Amino acid sequence: MTFRRFLQQALSDWMKGGGAEADIVISSRIRLARNLNALPFPLIATEEQLQQVTEQVERILASHRELPGLGRLELLHMNQMKALEKKVLVEKHLISPALAEESRAGAVILSENESLSIMLNEEDHIRIQCLFPGFQLQDAWHQANSIDDWFDRNLDYAFDEKRGYLTSCPTNVGTGLRASVMMHLPALVMSGQINRIFPAINQLGLVVRGIYGEGSESIGNIFQVSNQITLGRSETEIIDDLANVAKQLIEQERKARHSILETSRLKVEDKILRSYGILANARIIESKEAMQRLSDVRLGIDLGLIQGVSSNILNELIVLTQPGFLQQYAGELLSPEKRDERRAKLIRERLLSENNA
Amino acid sequence: MICQECGERQATLHFTKIINGEKAEFHICETCAKEKGEVLPGMNNSFSIHNLLSGLLNIEPSGEKMGRQYAGSLRCPNCGLTYSQFSSSGRFGCAVCYQTFGERLDPLFSKIHSGNVSHNGKIPHRSGTRLKIKRKLQSRKEELQKAVMNEEFELAARLRDEIRELESELSGE
Repeated sequence: MTFRRFLQQALSDWMKGGGAEADIVISSRIRLARNLNALPFPLIATEEQLQQVTEQVERILASHRELPGLGRLELLHMNQMKALEKKVLVEKHLISPALAEESRAGAVILSENESLSIMLNEEDHIRIQCLFPGFQLQDAWHQANSIDDWFDRNLDYAFDEKRGYLTSCPTNVGTGLRASVMMHLPALVMSGQINRIFPAINQLGLVVRGIYGEGSESIGNIFQVSNQITLGRSETEIIDDLANVAKQLIEQERKARHSILETSRLKVEDKILRSYGILANARIIESKEAMQRLSDVRLGIDLGLIQGVSSNILNELIVLTQPGFLQQYAGELLSPEKRDERRAKLIRERLLSENNA
Repeated sequence: MICQECGERQATLHFTKIINGEKAEFHICETCAKEKGEVLPGMNNSFSIHNLLSGLLNIEPSGEKMGRQYAGSLRCPNCGLTYSQFSSSGRFGCAVCYQTFGERLDPLFSKIHSGNVSHNGKIPHRSGTRLKIKRKLQSRKEELQKAVMNEEFELAARLRDEIRELESELSGE
């Protein structure tokens, strides 16, 4: 497979960049957790009951395969996929590790551009996720909401007047809504301000995590900010609160970028261009270093210090250099050492393809 | 022993996880553990949140007459999950669990959701018609109070009529 062809197949819409505030916000995501009233939640349901969930949803899909703006929807059963294929979907943020590794009768429905993914039989029967590039929480919400309405017309949701949408875990009850924005905040990290800002964010009922969700540390100066509270607030309030905090972070990051350039331009230039040099020439690179260097290069592009490289390089390569992707591209399982080699090669090829374009 | 993730290096991390009495053993190498962002296989999500949750679940409303033992033996008639099973797993078994455990859940929800115990968001079309009327009624009543306070009597009269209509709609069902 040629690199360009692989890339075309590999990229979800959100990885191609774009959307508002794309210099800082990588992606916006909305997730709605829903369950069917008549069946036990996936954790304790029988295999047969879980199959009923997929069957019911498949019936709805069969009646409307095409949705406006989403194209054909495809349903993939976890038990019919190879481990590597599932890993790639996890790395693209389309399914969770839990669905890939632990689910029974688990499945995912994907739209053509992969902005929509619906997990079946993960922790809840249905999890609708919309993932958009840049700062587009509202658009992602509208899409998720309309899918939810469509299911609602055809399914009997578990809902309680007092508690709202009922979920397996008490942290999701009520709206079942988790809204999140993935942000690249290198200047706030460099200036140390991040340590002051994050505790403040936590006090507002929001959570900050690393790029691969719960429990993951931040790599490449990328952070996910999301709501913690799902009960007692309306969807609009939850999304507006998050959007307001995200806007503040964007503003602070821009200020910090401006000030690091003013106060230590030479040092910043040196750091960024060194990273560029390493990525363009390294023969072996491990994942963590690659992410850090890519973050530097992306900052360099945004600050105008590096020209001729498109800004979505970070969005793309953070996913493409993950173990699953590297092995998928190679078409075989690779040892960690081999992966480090492949990773370096992939990044070089990607930078080269920019210079030739 | 070889790492069960990469199948190549020596496994240096060994641990056992017990879920509902079933034992699962894990053997992985440090590199794989790191690569997974210190999230261990089979433990995604479940570790952080749910272990913390079960800590919260042992809160009993103060002054509660029924002891924990009684609460623990509460059993959902639909799926069979007991309250003590819920407190150790941190997850509900089905929709009926919410009714079974009822107000006992208030302190937990309040802790997790910053003092909130009831839903204030979207309502499904199917089961939600009645609830929508209730909500509308509630907000009209609040508006009526405000109108009376501000001595906007024309508005108040209109709201009163609307409230009557909504109330008859509710009782007529």
